[in-house]
Amino acid sequence: MNFFEVKEISKRFGGLMAVGGVSFQVERGEIFGLIGPNGSGKTTIFNLINQYFPLTAGDIFFKEKSIKGMKTYKICHLGIGRTFQVVKPLKRMTVLENVVASAFCRVNTFKEAEKLALETLDFCNLLHEKDKSAASLPIAGRKRLEITRAMATKPELLLLDETAAGLNPTELDEAIELIKRIRDRGVTIIIVEHIMKVIMTISDRIHAINYGLTIAEGTPEEVAGNKEVIEAYLGEE
Amino acid sequence: MKRKQVIPAIIAAFFILFPLVVKSDYYQHLVILALMWVVIGGSWNLLAGYTGQVSFGHAVFFGVGAYTAGICASKLGISAWWGMAFGGFTGALVGLLIGWICFRLRGPYFALATIAAGEIFRLIATNWESLTDGMVGILIIQTFRSKLPYYYLALTLAAASLWIFDLVMKSKLGFYFVSIREDQDAAESLGINATLYKNISLLISSFFTGLAGAFYMNYMAFIDPEVVFSLHYISIMAILVGIIGGVATIWGPAVGAFIMIGVQETFRSSLFGLAPKWVSESHVLVFGLLVIFVILFMANGVVGDWPKIKRLFVRSK
Repeated sequence: MNFFEVKEISKRFGGLMAVGGVSFQVERGEIFGLIGPNGSGKTTIFNLINQYFPLTAGDIFFKEKSIKGMKTYKICHLGIGRTFQVVKPLKRMTVLENVVASAFCRVNTFKEAEKLALETLDFCNLLHEKDKSAASLPIAGRKRLEITRAMATKPELLLLDETAAGLNPTELDEAIELIKRIRDRGVTIIIVEHIMKVIMTISDRIHAINYGLTIAEGTPEEVAGNKEVIEAYLGEE
Repeated sequence: MKRKQVIPAIIAAFFILFPLVVKSDYYQHLVILALMWVVIGGSWNLLAGYTGQVSFGHAVFFGVGAYTAGICASKLGISAWWGMAFGGFTGALVGLLIGWICFRLRGPYFALATIAAGEIFRLIATNWESLTDGMVGILIIQTFRSKLPYYYLALTLAAASLWIFDLVMKSKLGFYFVSIREDQDAAESLGINATLYKNISLLISSFFTGLAGAFYMNYMAFIDPEVVFSLHYISIMAILVGIIGGVATIWGPAVGAFIMIGVQETFRSSLFGLAPKWVSESHVLVFGLLVIFVILFMANGVVGDWPKIKRLFVRSK
């Protein structure tokens, strides 16, 4: 059984083909990397997966069921969580309130939501910041809050959109460590990332795209050695 | 008892004893109006302050509630008090209708749509004469000559609304409302059905506003479309009560209601007869200045910026 499958999806914005027929399959429990140069359509694919944009063509299957055309909030209830590249904290709420709000996805009373939120904050090493306002967090904290919020919705599949961008080397190591711990909890992860250190060390498999088209897929070593990938990133000789 | 319980207890005791001590009909009347505005301001605040959906059309729900009570008496031949039973529900029904249509719009477009809704309902009430008696309005006979029953009813409504708004804001609903206000896209991806919860917020808000409208009919004994569907005296007033008291605070609109009724009456009576007559016509101007002042110096309103105000006085001592 395929845990998650993207089948020939494409997205057209007017005359621009942002994603032109990309397919891949993700196995349960793996970390699946999605790479490509700027503007190659990575975030668009995420927006298609959680139905923030409607698909132009193709279909997406989660646990063998099509999620095409579902509402964004339903996708979350199904068990697909996501973080945003441009972080979207609920600014005039505290860190704890942010996470409580998302924990209500799975529970109904404040007590249960608070308990789940505190556990998730603890798991993501953000517990010490819980009473700060979300607006006061530096970028590393905000990225971590994005992950914490998504985790509080108890996803089976987590979409991480450039959660390592803008972090310093120490924070980067912490982020990698957190992503691994999330995987060890049994959460499948699809990660979009520019920082090669992150994507090469944690991904089980990588799918590379350019101009909205697949150019390579395989283990990190295979993809890193692929001629087209090198050309896409560094240009032709 | 904790401090948090002491203050509401003192406030409750004050309002329960007030009409027994202050016998003047005039002052009782003002407090009754202010208590009614606590309900409307709180309702507006739930939708606009907490859920971020600014309404310029709360007169719709107020007017529908008032007309529900009025029509009970004028057409159905039953007591206008039945309006207190139905008014909230008709208000909420109209709220659902407006929400169903207008929540497809976001941000300023929703606000604009509510202005239009207000005008539409005012015109319906004016022209559907067989039901509403048009501009003639509806006149009933007040049930009680004393103000006391109305006073305690208004007090009960105000207290109940504050209690329920507080409960709502501490629950899942409250967290969802604030999430939608802060970022609708993020809220959706966290599993929040934004359209549904915006409608729930509007439903609660329009229910209490409709209830306040039904109370108004019973208390004032006369309504016409220009009064209860007024953009000016109801919709804008609801916004002023919320902004001046403090948006997105439970007590803000309650404080705002007393300030606004106080300011309105002070000017309408030409500083209680001390100033020349033209002063009374300037009360709208004063509202404008008050709003500018509040936005410039205490954007969170009296309650939201209370620590700031307190500091100002402590320092000057």
